[in-house]
Amino acid sequence: MNVHHAVEQAARDSYGRLVAYLAARWHDIATVEDALSGAFVAALETWPRTGVPDKPEAWLLTAARRKLIDGARRARVQAKAEPALLAMAEEARRWSRSDEDFPDERLRMMFMCAHPDIDPSMHTPLMLQTVLGIDAARIASAFIVKPSTMGQRLSRAKAKIREERIRFEFPDESELPQRLGAVLEAVYAAYGSGWDDAAGADPRRKGLTGEAVYLGRLLVRFMPDEPEALGLLALMLHCEARLEARRNAAGSYVPLSEQDTALWSRVLIGEAERILSCAAQAGRIGRFQLEAAIQSVHAQRAYTGRTEWEEIALLYEGLVRIAPTISTHIGRAAAVAEARGAESGLALLEAIPAETIASYQPYWALAAHLFKRLRRDEDAHAAYSRAIGLCTDPSVRDFLQRQAGQQ
Amino acid sequence: MNMHYTILFYETPEDFARRSDPERQQEYLAGWSHYVKALRESGIVVSGAGLDAPSTAASLRRHGGEMRVQDGPVTETKEQLGGFFVIDVPDLDAALEWAARCPNNAVEVRRNLPPMK
Repeated sequence: MNVHHAVEQAARDSYGRLVAYLAARWHDIATVEDALSGAFVAALETWPRTGVPDKPEAWLLTAARRKLIDGARRARVQAKAEPALLAMAEEARRWSRSDEDFPDERLRMMFMCAHPDIDPSMHTPLMLQTVLGIDAARIASAFIVKPSTMGQRLSRAKAKIREERIRFEFPDESELPQRLGAVLEAVYAAYGSGWDDAAGADPRRKGLTGEAVYLGRLLVRFMPDEPEALGLLALMLHCEARLEARRNAAGSYVPLSEQDTALWSRVLIGEAERILSCAAQAGRIGRFQLEAAIQSVHAQRAYTGRTEWEEIALLYEGLVRIAPTISTHIGRAAAVAEARGAESGLALLEAIPAETIASYQPYWALAAHLFKRLRRDEDAHAAYSRAIGLCTDPSVRDFLQRQAGQQ
Repeated sequence: MNMHYTILFYETPEDFARRSDPERQQEYLAGWSHYVKALRESGIVVSGAGLDAPSTAASLRRHGGEMRVQDGPVTETKEQLGGFFVIDVPDLDAALEWAARCPNNAVEVRRNLPPMK
């Protein structure tokens, strides 16, 4: 293995662990990240001469600690920092000599990133940066935010953690469900950044889906019995299973109902199904399990050749009670239209308040489709136009244009 | 409080050529008409216009007190300004979201300065 590759590998595997470990002791994520990137630079300089150490994490920790000492000296806070630095040195020595694994405190880190005192819109970016080391520019592109703005928001969030000493401790029983909910939402938002809707567009476009699945797997490793963490992972894996079917050979968008199920990954569907049935054993239903169950019904088409729309409609009815988001309401309307006719679907769609859907693309795409089925040509024409105008993905835009042209 | 932002659409020579090519004109115009419609129906448009091709531009430049007029745009770059919209939205994030929906491939967003007193 060449040295650059070894450093890269160490970076991917260790980055989050080291940030979590250091942040728990130092309370200053920005400083910890700087020290750590200094340590990785030092590794790139040193390892080609000395070889990759047996315990790269212990080595990196020692190097990062040196950077922290330098920083503390400059900021004249060394006396205050002394106990933490001494403890770190002792621990680094211990890990480099024992078989013990480096402690993995990434779950705590994830909970801290989704702390209620931090702006909810920053939960996901903070988690992507601290746990996975993704840079602000890439996060900014995924969420269509100005990169310098994203950088400032990340710095502000880290400053808040430092100044208000947002606790690194694991939330207690009473606040766990709410905090876990925020962590799950943050991971799902990372997954959703690559999508226009969970059933649709091209994940390669923005590509944080792989990172989100990694975080989802991490969560399940830490909380193997938590049904909603399992549900979220199952949901993401069901969507991942369809990766190859979302585009045809010409690269055009293919909607779920027209996808060639031979292209769906049976391996991923199988894994998603096993995870979802594990989740069900807890007997505690939740939003992500319901969403995964809906995708599970879709997945059955690979084996039965049909889609049980009535079943999907019923699952959506459960879902709108737990999570009454616009996207859930639209998903329900689509399922009801398939199961009970376009008019029933349209009635649900028209009950959604107009101000919430003015610029919400999936609403107009579904409305157009249902108007077309009901032969309300003028309404269909107007809704297609609106849906096309609100698209960000050129291949979805082309698809809708073809649909509109077939009237 | 809402702010005004300007979305500037930059087009390639190819884009400009499509405007007058009988075979591709309709597709080109359709892409824009849907986008313009979505903008207008969302009630955020302050003003906007499409611009004629850069080859129709005239530029003026003062050199040592003497005004020189030349054919073509001020800067000769591959992508040229093809049109703009001024929109009224809460923040830059919202403006960027609208910019991301435009049918061409290069677009710039700037906040408008407050009107001069």
